[in-house]
Amino acid sequence: MKILVTVKRVVDFNVKIRVKADQSGVELGNLKMSINPFDEIAVEEAVRLKEKNIATEVIAVTLGPQACQDTLRTALAIGADRAIHVVTDIELQPLGVAKALKKIVEKEKPDLVIMGKQAIDDDCNQTGQMLAALLNWPQGTFASKIEPGSGSVKITREIDGGLETVELKLPAVVTTDLRLNEPRYATLPNIMKAKKKPIESIAPDALGVNLAARLKTLKVSEPPKRKAGIKVPDVATLVDKLKNEAKVIS
Amino acid sequence: MPALVIAEHDHKSVKPATLNCVTAALKIGQPVTVLVAGLNCASAAQAAAAIAGVTDVLQVDDAAYEHFLAENMGALVAKIAKGFSHVLAPATSIGKNFMPRVAALLDVAQISDIISVESADTFTRPIYAGNAIATVQSKDPIKIITVRATNFDAAKPTSGNAPIKKIEGAGDSGLAKFVGAELSKSARPELTAAKVIVSGGRALGSAENFKKVLEPLADKLNAGIGASRAAVDAGYVPNDYQVGQTGKVVAPDLYIAIGISGAIQHLAGMKDSKVIVAINKDPEAPIFQVADYGLVGDLELIVPELVKAI
Repeated sequence: MKILVTVKRVVDFNVKIRVKADQSGVELGNLKMSINPFDEIAVEEAVRLKEKNIATEVIAVTLGPQACQDTLRTALAIGADRAIHVVTDIELQPLGVAKALKKIVEKEKPDLVIMGKQAIDDDCNQTGQMLAALLNWPQGTFASKIEPGSGSVKITREIDGGLETVELKLPAVVTTDLRLNEPRYATLPNIMKAKKKPIESIAPDALGVNLAARLKTLKVSEPPKRKAGIKVPDVATLVDKLKNEAKVIS
Repeated sequence: MPALVIAEHDHKSVKPATLNCVTAALKIGQPVTVLVAGLNCASAAQAAAAIAGVTDVLQVDDAAYEHFLAENMGALVAKIAKGFSHVLAPATSIGKNFMPRVAALLDVAQISDIISVESADTFTRPIYAGNAIATVQSKDPIKIITVRATNFDAAKPTSGNAPIKKIEGAGDSGLAKFVGAELSKSARPELTAAKVIVSGGRALGSAENFKKVLEPLADKLNAGIGASRAAVDAGYVPNDYQVGQTGKVVAPDLYIAIGISGAIQHLAGMKDSKVIVAINKDPEAPIFQVADYGLVGDLELIVPELVKAI
């Protein structure tokens, strides 16, 4: 089984971002960038399937500027075999990314595409579902368990009421949720080895898809701030405040 | 052209998030049609027809929609959508699953998780776990939108009387099959609809302790129970308890965070609550920056005392 995983370079999940003063976007200069956490889970899952001899090859794909090579190197250090980088500086949105990925899928013919369920920067939660629709493939979103069978894959999904299991015909797209696995720390030897693994660079023109953004961001603003609260000394004061000041309990 | 709302329902009745979604659709300023796709879902269709402001209801009754599989829902909605200017669904695990398929099939963008309607083509949505709000404009012929329910009031569920029209489905894709579900059974209010939420973090220490400490308080307040990611990852409670950027987004009248430090990902899911109470032994915990009332101390002592005092 050949597996394609997708990775996105995002602001590290521990960093608190700031909105630009002119409201044109988010201040990204000098921030720590990392692999999107859900994508890291996707890479880990694919590599585990390879270690179990279920997967034969794991290919990591990204789109974005030159700096995204770092993200691919992270995927390679976790254990992906090779990588594909669609190099572009334009603003990317889910539909354009899904169209580019479709072209790569048609060329590489994986049996399974594993993706993060959402990127923690734009919080869209769209690209996996869009790719599946464009390919007319089934999808298993928000996966907490992936069990490949012959010709099909069983996916346990985290849904609002609990868990749901679906069986998908292969090939399929799966998107990861938090409980799927705990990604490993790449070891130094593996980080060194990753430097020698091949990364193929592709120009978007070569894919023949239109990556242009569809949504126009008119402005980015700060969310309304909560007014600072108070610390209360004891339970009696808390209950008094909740009853008589906030009036949320009676 | 009218706007289309995809009802979330259990075949018998419509889920509360549908009511918020109708309100969002009405703000666009066009008539609102509701689609109820399910199996033996006549009573859900009647419930949709009774929602205030709804002009028409479309009902599709077919086994293909029994479990709302994304492949089938996506194909159905894409087929129907052509007669509408906007298609809206609640940003729940069902809406998030099939709506991007609809957008891709129609070759249009999706606008995820909107929190306001600025005009028929402009909407606001949170990005970076709610640490920034983007105002986005779509020039696509059909706007595919998922709606964050907590940011819109619920439409009145009973004063409408829209006609119901039965229509054909789009068939079963044959690509995916529902195998089963393990749903949490609880007599407590659903998290996204609860007026009061008692939420616990890793500081509870174990599944037993989580139950022992939080349940008496939740019982007393008729509250829903939530959790931080850390508590879910540690196995204290199932995944559907998780409040946060990638879990549930809640906005109750009262949110009591117990032993939750307040990572930005957790705050993203609860900071629109009307009143926030934080109980934590660490006076520097970030949760206190969003809490209206903070109490520093040992939760094992404070929570039982609180149960007695309420």
